[in-house]
Amino acid sequence: MELKDKLISSFLAFEEGLEPDNGMDSIRNQAIKDFESLGFPSKKEEDWKYTSLNTILKHDYSVFPKKEDAIDYRDIKKYLIHDIDTYDLVFIDGIYSSHLSQTTHEKIDVCLMSSALTKDKYRPVIDNYFNKIAPKTGLNSLNTAFAKEGAFIHIHKNKQADKPIQIVNFATGNESSLMLQPRNLVVVEENSHVQIIERHQSLTDHPVLTNSVTEIFADRRAIVDYYKIQNDNASASLIDNTFVEQKDESHVSVHTFSFGGKLTRNNLNFYQKGERIDSTMKGVTIIEGKQHVDHNTLVHHIEPNCESHQDYKGIFGDSSTGVFNGKVLVEKEAQKTNAYQSNNNILADDKATINSKPQLEIFADDVACSHGCTIGQLDEDALFYLQSRGIPRKEARGLMMYAFANNVLESVKIPEVKKRINKLIASKLEVDLGFNKL
Amino acid sequence: MAYTEDDLKKELETKEYEYGFYTDIESDTFPVGLNEDIVRAISKKKEEPEWMTEWRLEAYRAWEDMIEPEWANVHYPKPDFQNISYYSAPNKKPKYDSLDEVDPELLDTFKKLGISIDEQKKLAGVAVDIVMDSVSVTTTFKKTLAEKGIIFCSISEAIKEHPELVKKYLGTVVPKKDNFYAALNSAVFSDGSFCYIPKGVRCPMELSTYFRINQAGTGQFERTLVVADEDSYVSYLEGCTAPSRDENQLHAAVVELVALDGSEIKYSTVQNWFPGNKEGKGGVFNFVTKRGLCEKNAKISWTQVETGSAVTWKYPSCILKGDNSVGEFYSIAVTNNYQQADTGTKMIHLGKNTKSTIISKGISAGKSQNSYRGLVQINGRAHNARNFSQCDSLLMGNKCGAHTFPYIEVKNKSAQVEHEATTSKIGEDQIFYCNQRGIDTEKAIALIVNGFSKEVLNKLPMEFAVEAQKLLEISLEGSVG
Repeated sequence: MELKDKLISSFLAFEEGLEPDNGMDSIRNQAIKDFESLGFPSKKEEDWKYTSLNTILKHDYSVFPKKEDAIDYRDIKKYLIHDIDTYDLVFIDGIYSSHLSQTTHEKIDVCLMSSALTKDKYRPVIDNYFNKIAPKTGLNSLNTAFAKEGAFIHIHKNKQADKPIQIVNFATGNESSLMLQPRNLVVVEENSHVQIIERHQSLTDHPVLTNSVTEIFADRRAIVDYYKIQNDNASASLIDNTFVEQKDESHVSVHTFSFGGKLTRNNLNFYQKGERIDSTMKGVTIIEGKQHVDHNTLVHHIEPNCESHQDYKGIFGDSSTGVFNGKVLVEKEAQKTNAYQSNNNILADDKATINSKPQLEIFADDVACSHGCTIGQLDEDALFYLQSRGIPRKEARGLMMYAFANNVLESVKIPEVKKRINKLIASKLEVDLGFNKL
Repeated sequence: MAYTEDDLKKELETKEYEYGFYTDIESDTFPVGLNEDIVRAISKKKEEPEWMTEWRLEAYRAWEDMIEPEWANVHYPKPDFQNISYYSAPNKKPKYDSLDEVDPELLDTFKKLGISIDEQKKLAGVAVDIVMDSVSVTTTFKKTLAEKGIIFCSISEAIKEHPELVKKYLGTVVPKKDNFYAALNSAVFSDGSFCYIPKGVRCPMELSTYFRINQAGTGQFERTLVVADEDSYVSYLEGCTAPSRDENQLHAAVVELVALDGSEIKYSTVQNWFPGNKEGKGGVFNFVTKRGLCEKNAKISWTQVETGSAVTWKYPSCILKGDNSVGEFYSIAVTNNYQQADTGTKMIHLGKNTKSTIISKGISAGKSQNSYRGLVQINGRAHNARNFSQCDSLLMGNKCGAHTFPYIEVKNKSAQVEHEATTSKIGEDQIFYCNQRGIDTEKAIALIVNGFSKEVLNKLPMEFAVEAQKLLEISLEGSVG
């Protein structure tokens, strides 16, 4: 049976197993209908021109994983940012693991989607925000239909999350192959501030496909920093759909660090619904083998006086493939928009491929929009210079690549995250740059 | 250049489409509609050999199964292909041996177009092939060219007189089943220009073709084939105009360039088809396939100034097959009122050390939409390929749009690809600066637009550059209050 048919037929059983919740039935039923008509995207769609899901959709994914309790903190410690105090939301095979997590309801709500969907207390928030900005695509609809668990983060007006929040999804491999549909909702009210770190990690070699949807709402003057660390093993694939709606003077930044996984697709959309908004999207991609990373971004400038900054850097080794598809859409009311987009790539091997499509669609005249895209290699002269100073070629290359990717890290605001990323970059480039001792 | 303020003023006063006249020449027009019989009839009319008829029929059959492409960023009512006449020729045939024999009314038309044949013969030294309603009317300067061994004639003549060359190259760069409009063109093309430059010859003058749609209810489908043999050089110009009409006319041309080892082709276009009136009524649909093939050390340079047409859909491309070959694309696309343009280029790097440069300037005003769409593809074996692309857009008013859709595909690690794009408007400070020095706003804009497009204008042959500059100014007249 094709995966699509399997998912549709599993839906009834899934629905029966649910606790009664806050009027989700109609949303779910509509979503599964939409998925039935839209299906999985194919390469014929312009947005999926360079990324084919065919190979990863071939597996017979299990949709109902069993609960796994045997995972211990020791097993997962290395995947967490453990050297600072954080709120943790840990999901194992899509199921919340209370003994590994730390939640709160003091001043801010850091808890579970499952309780938000079923408890009356959260009903107004769910009614106002759930499934409001995710566009109707096959993948989003699929996630909405099976939405059951994930992170629910609600920062009330004038509050600041006192420590960063980690959302970590593990796959244990109890099933021979597993499909996960995590659903996150982040609502940050006026003048509030939150920092979130998200990670998906497979603990086995069994195929895992994660189709994650995250909706983020930043109200007036809210500040949201979101970090995505993607360093999964070669049998895990991730389709990450993140949608951000911003109101006046809010600042939202999303950093995506893609270091691994069989296929990673990041759909990241920003909708600016107010004035003087700042949106930042940054990414570092370092992959090898046959890995495939696709960044698909959209910034929709709807109101005047807003800014957006995009900076994506990539280093592609072996026969890996990198895709960047960035779109800046400026409506005619959005005068005085400043939109910058930059995509720089290094091809480290002859079999690696880069497909880049930076697009501008502009309907307003008083704007400053630009994009730049480069594909090239390391400067031989600079390499020679380093070698002539006694730095071996391999280290010299590592140093230069590190420098290339580094300016994306400058805007990372949590030092421990920066340190972790530095370590990951150094290990990816297989050089000891001394960061391990930091 | 001897183009003064007064000239500009005069130009601006006649701001309506100045080529919008219609010449009352009796013409021989086929009934509307398209089927195999029409294709056969066109072929017969052109007295073509059997292989050519077959070639057309094959293209027609392929076309029947094809669907009109819809991916371009343009919106327009689909032309009804069964409601177009596929052949229209000025009646008074056969070919003229000298200019005196040409229908005086036709000559008048050319005068209005500003291409008085005599004058150009003497002054500009340009050899012109004029195609009116799909049929080549006259070719000038043939003798001088023949001395050098250069063949420059209408393509129907070439099919008759140089079948070996046509057979060898026709459809090699743009296969007859390449796309919807190329297939349509291959089936019904009625004429066009053919040019062959022999080995080692540097064409002593600019070759030029002028296209004009005259008859109502007809489509123009011309086919141009330029072959530059080893180590030769040619510069080729192309210009187009059409009368003002309320209906949309279809223009679907195919241009093929073959640049053999060490040769260079420079192809310049000033496209000024009727853009439709201020309300967006009428105008030409310009759906053109242009492509060039570069062998070893060859160079193809496309330069285009696009000011006309209601809808433009055009991507002059270079296939850089040979090692060390070079492709260039310089473009200015101006849209005003309700015009829509989706234009750009494709640079396909196959050979080693291949280089390409793309400079595209888009200017949108009124309620128009202007898109750049380009592809840079570096294949696995194209070592040390180099590309530089720059796409700048200028917006005038907030009812128009400027869009950029670059595709970059790289499969070789030694490639160096750079792409940059900017979108902005004319700065108030720039206009103020000009005003302050006594230059009125209208003129200041003309000045700034000229500066904005300078990199491309500089690439045009001199005579064309003057015309292009004037065109820019007229096209943008009244676009900024």
